[in-house]
Amino acid sequence: MSNRVAIAGVGMSKFGELWDKNLRDITLEAGMYTIFDAGVPGSDIDGMVIGNMSAGRFTGQEHLGAQAVDLSGLGDIPAYSVEAACASGGAAVRHAYMSIKSGEHDVMLVLGSEKMSDVNQTEAMNTISVASDWEWEGMFGATFPALYAFMARRHMMEYGTTEEHLALPTVKNHANAVHNEFAQFQRAVPIEVVMKSALLADPLRVLHSSPVTDGAAGLVICREDLVKKYTDAPIYIESSEQRTDTLALHDRKSITTFNSVVSSTKSALKGAGLELKDIDVLELHDSFSIGEIMLTEDVGIAKKGEGGKALEEGITEIGGKFPVNTSGGLKARGHPIGATGVAQIVELVLQLRGDADKRQVDGAEKGLAVNLGGTGATSIVHIVGR
Amino acid sequence: MAEQGVAQVWRRIRSMYRIEGNKCVTCDTHFFPPRPVCPECRRKGNLENYTFKGLGSIYTFSIVRQAPDDFKRQMPYVIAQIELDEGTRLTAQIVNIDPEDVEIGMRVRACFRKIKEFGHGGIIVYGYKFEPTMKVTGHE
Repeated sequence: MSNRVAIAGVGMSKFGELWDKNLRDITLEAGMYTIFDAGVPGSDIDGMVIGNMSAGRFTGQEHLGAQAVDLSGLGDIPAYSVEAACASGGAAVRHAYMSIKSGEHDVMLVLGSEKMSDVNQTEAMNTISVASDWEWEGMFGATFPALYAFMARRHMMEYGTTEEHLALPTVKNHANAVHNEFAQFQRAVPIEVVMKSALLADPLRVLHSSPVTDGAAGLVICREDLVKKYTDAPIYIESSEQRTDTLALHDRKSITTFNSVVSSTKSALKGAGLELKDIDVLELHDSFSIGEIMLTEDVGIAKKGEGGKALEEGITEIGGKFPVNTSGGLKARGHPIGATGVAQIVELVLQLRGDADKRQVDGAEKGLAVNLGGTGATSIVHIVGR
Repeated sequence: MAEQGVAQVWRRIRSMYRIEGNKCVTCDTHFFPPRPVCPECRRKGNLENYTFKGLGSIYTFSIVRQAPDDFKRQMPYVIAQIELDEGTRLTAQIVNIDPEDVEIGMRVRACFRKIKEFGHGGIIVYGYKFEPTMKVTGHE
């Protein structure tokens, strides 16, 4: 295992509606925290990659790679921008992982960033909608919440999932975010409030949905033999996998399972030489609560159709067998689209280093993150370990 | 924005007005919208145009209560996946029914409707929506 990829340090900006900060401010903030945490001299960093979905529409600015390298004073190193809708952050991590694996780069800064609050709610929703099939779904009036509502309604019909089940991921994730100082919503939400919140697209409600968030997150990753120079507590990327499904949800045989997640998770576990029971903590892409329920099933924590029941039994709470979204998840930590996949890894690294404070999962050694793009057309899975 | 261009709608008119897709003769699978390549057969595929009958049933649906500006005047509206009788699914609105009465499995047929306008003075997009089948039309 001499060819492993190590994570030397992590960092993130505060997540939230950051009216006083623009895209470059939050990107720089996350980058600086990351580099300081890693203890890496800037001159050692030989490449930078940034995940971002849609800065061009959200802020008017593109070419974020060059912008980030320029701002951080990293000289003339190569800067890559990658996009995979809501999985852009995971794609950035994977891009850097592959770059180090291939030998092309030695030490890289990985960033994910999105500034969403400079447009109104409607425009933000339109921009998110283009992560699905714009011409054949969005054009006909299918909003992004409506597509997840399609899944929720089928899941309820096929497996008896209830409205209470749909509320549980929100309740759990908000409870976790109380202890995360970077989270957008550091407050608990009672189940009655979730179940009475306004309907977005039946049966999904406002509090089943991740919010509009500004934020950025970062990692410094490098070759295994270099990491000891920077830190005594390196974390390793044990595997990285990515799979693709149809862009339009209506083209899939089943819409109550994400095939891309099932296959990418299986490959990632195999690649790491692990089984699911070896995983101590997970970050699953809960852009909508039905998404967390389906992912709980698709990664194998619960049998198909029993994701809601697993939540009911507390299996995915901190202290349960498979704690999910200890950070607060997309729902409560916030979902700055391009930053999310990176922030998931940040949380797992904090957990594995024992730095997760009051939300710490005792003795966590292996963590798994699933970052989804669109309605599951892209699934990116990373397993990290110490 | 690019997605509000005239040409972008115009070049898809046959599919949007008539539900014209295609079918792979090799594996007998129908596609809507038409696919340039059969994803199963790839180079062994043999695609020919096919106009769907426009009959099917509701596979899943939602009632949209927060929508983009283009659709605000229609709220709340029903959006659904319709499983066409030929076996493929598409996404469209359900009209001519109280949203609360819509159910999975309900038989529907295509109708020609205005989908939306691209803002004030913008072009009008027409296309398919679906409505419950009725005895009088001989579809029940």
